[in-house]
Amino acid sequence: MTPEQIAESVKARAGAAVLAVDLAPRNPSIKLAASAWRDVAKHLRDDVGLNYLVCLTGVDRGAELEAIYTLEHLGTAPEDGARWGISVRISVPRADPSIPSVEDLWRTADWHERETWDLLGIRFEGHRNLVRILCAEDWEGHPLRKDYKAPATYHGIKNVV
Amino acid sequence: MGQSIQELNLNQDAPTRDNVLITSVDKLINWTRASSVWPMTFGLACCAIEMMAAGAAHYDIDRFGSGPFRATPRQADLMIVAGTVSLKMAPRVKRLFDQMPEPKYVIAMGACTVSGGPYIKHGYHVLKGVDRLIPVDVYVPGCPPRPEALLEGLFRIQEKMGRERILDRTREGVRPKILVE
Amino acid sequence: MTPPESLAPASQGDVRSEEMLLNMGPQHPSTHGVFRVVIRTDGEIVVDCEPHVGYLHRCFEKHCENVTFLQSVLYTDRLDYLTSMGNNLGFSIAVEKLFDGLVVPERAQYIRIICAELNRIASHLLAIGTYGMDIGAITPFLYTFRDREKILAIFEAMSGQRLNYNYIRPGGVAYDVDDRMVESIKAFCKYFRPRAQEYNDLLSDNDIFVRRTANVGVLPADLAIQYGCTGPVLRGSGVKRDLRKDAPYSIYDRFQFEVPVGTGRKGTLGDCYDRYMVRVDEMIESLKIVEQAVAQLPDGPIKADAIKNRIRPPKGEVFARVENSRGELGFYVISDGKETAYRVKCRAPSFHNISMLSEISRGAMIADMVAIIGSTDIVMGEVDR
Repeated sequence: MTPEQIAESVKARAGAAVLAVDLAPRNPSIKLAASAWRDVAKHLRDDVGLNYLVCLTGVDRGAELEAIYTLEHLGTAPEDGARWGISVRISVPRADPSIPSVEDLWRTADWHERETWDLLGIRFEGHRNLVRILCAEDWEGHPLRKDYKAPATYHGIKNVV
Repeated sequence: MGQSIQELNLNQDAPTRDNVLITSVDKLINWTRASSVWPMTFGLACCAIEMMAAGAAHYDIDRFGSGPFRATPRQADLMIVAGTVSLKMAPRVKRLFDQMPEPKYVIAMGACTVSGGPYIKHGYHVLKGVDRLIPVDVYVPGCPPRPEALLEGLFRIQEKMGRERILDRTREGVRPKILVE
Repeated sequence: MTPPESLAPASQGDVRSEEMLLNMGPQHPSTHGVFRVVIRTDGEIVVDCEPHVGYLHRCFEKHCENVTFLQSVLYTDRLDYLTSMGNNLGFSIAVEKLFDGLVVPERAQYIRIICAELNRIASHLLAIGTYGMDIGAITPFLYTFRDREKILAIFEAMSGQRLNYNYIRPGGVAYDVDDRMVESIKAFCKYFRPRAQEYNDLLSDNDIFVRRTANVGVLPADLAIQYGCTGPVLRGSGVKRDLRKDAPYSIYDRFQFEVPVGTGRKGTLGDCYDRYMVRVDEMIESLKIVEQAVAQLPDGPIKADAIKNRIRPPKGEVFARVENSRGELGFYVISDGKETAYRVKCRAPSFHNISMLSEISRGAMIADMVAIIGSTDIVMGEVDR
């Protein structure tokens, strides 16, 4: 399927929740409202055939935090090698960032969502085990935010140069 | 490099020189310790690969007595901290160091353990030098240091072992300090 | 989690048996870096295991937001430090994609392919050697490192470094390759061809090795795709997906090579032995690519003129992937027109390959955990970034 066809199918499913569509061949994407994400995710996985979550990128855009899901079709048959897919962007307000979790749809989202929570502070509702994965368990703050200040000490060890 | 046994021998009497060894207890014990320094496998990151290359056939650390890399700290003399220590890993490094029996030595291998390496400015989760955590005897700079550089670090440890004194049980004179500024 | 019925002990009257919680790592000789697995066992059978990562989190993405694109290349080296050339290539391709219509000179493209494939051979050599060592065979480790030293000598002549080369940069490569280096690459190709048979004789057909790895850690294809596995882990389960063939980047479409997949030849499809054999077979395919590239190497410049002195991409977002020795390495790069990136996200293959550990190790024995972790061939530098 081409990105255009995927976008059409998502628009038919979610209607007004599709906020924007960008079909530039370099990086086609659909901007979606967070409330419609679970429904669209099931549709993309089961009906459209995007069975593979390649990457989940979290971005700090200032007033908003954004999660970009790069989805793709990965065929198991040897001749099914064409990699087609699309990215889905979901923006949430910085004050209360919350996106429905899709870790039961694509199992790889489990660790990706934990990492985005750890580094950017986006909460994924419905995740069974949303704890830090990369930073230490008792780390404070979300390091990849633009206004993050690293702590001066950690358990008594000096952390600055 | 460690001394050979001929250098230890103070016996000048020609007929008996090859059979009767006269030396001090310190020199003999330091010689035996320096000739078989057993490192602990503590490879954390990229420097671990160069440590493995030093253990492999081309650079062969075994010819200097340090072939057996012990997995458990309780059987090791030397802890080669090879690779970046993150703050999540730091308590475990401290615990492993505490589990080593005396006399114990530490080589800080690679720029990351010496002072934080390339992660020094923006690495919020990186320990800026393992000497903030445990006392370090020898620093081996490089990113990563060549296996020959690690071998040079091992020779400095052997030289340091040559300066130990058996009656100084707590090693007050030779134990390095943790750098806390 | 209760153990499956077949593993529940037969009725033992009033004797209570408890599960044991065993901690493997983060310092462990066989975990390939600082990796911790908390294993719940019923005797020696693993009931469940939970991997813990993050012990090597070195803030790669934060650095990319604070240093220039050219300086970020040396941080990408240290992600998967066994395939530094491949990481550099992935990042360079992503940055070049931001410049629409940038043409990398032909000579640089061929040198890039030679470096990436030689690096794949070196990485697989280390994977095979350490895997043998984990299983208990110490000798293949020494043989593979002997051959790895030859590749590292070639890389040292080209880039000045044995590891972490910082050689493939956006726009081309850092330094040119002279005739002596080309001769040494040709000599290495001639030397290495019979060696793969030597490794098969030493390890692949060894009865003890086969019994420890066949039928252990079976990964079904659909589970691999669910968990996002790529590279030899996915191909070991019979799925013939390789980016160099499916979506060729750089100039891979000019070379003839095969993509090996697991066939279950000694056990079940998708077991540890299959993943191991995929790596052994891939070394010969990489050698074929290097031989073809060296034969076709043209003259010319090695850096694109447009970004020779300053890398300042136009505003935009791009996602680019390469096929590394552990799987598909991807970079999502967001540029806002400055010399420093706004956001770089690294999609690391080992991060996905190890996330499925709990699924495939239920019912295995504790000694099998070592075989399973070794067969995924993870590098913690890229899991934790």
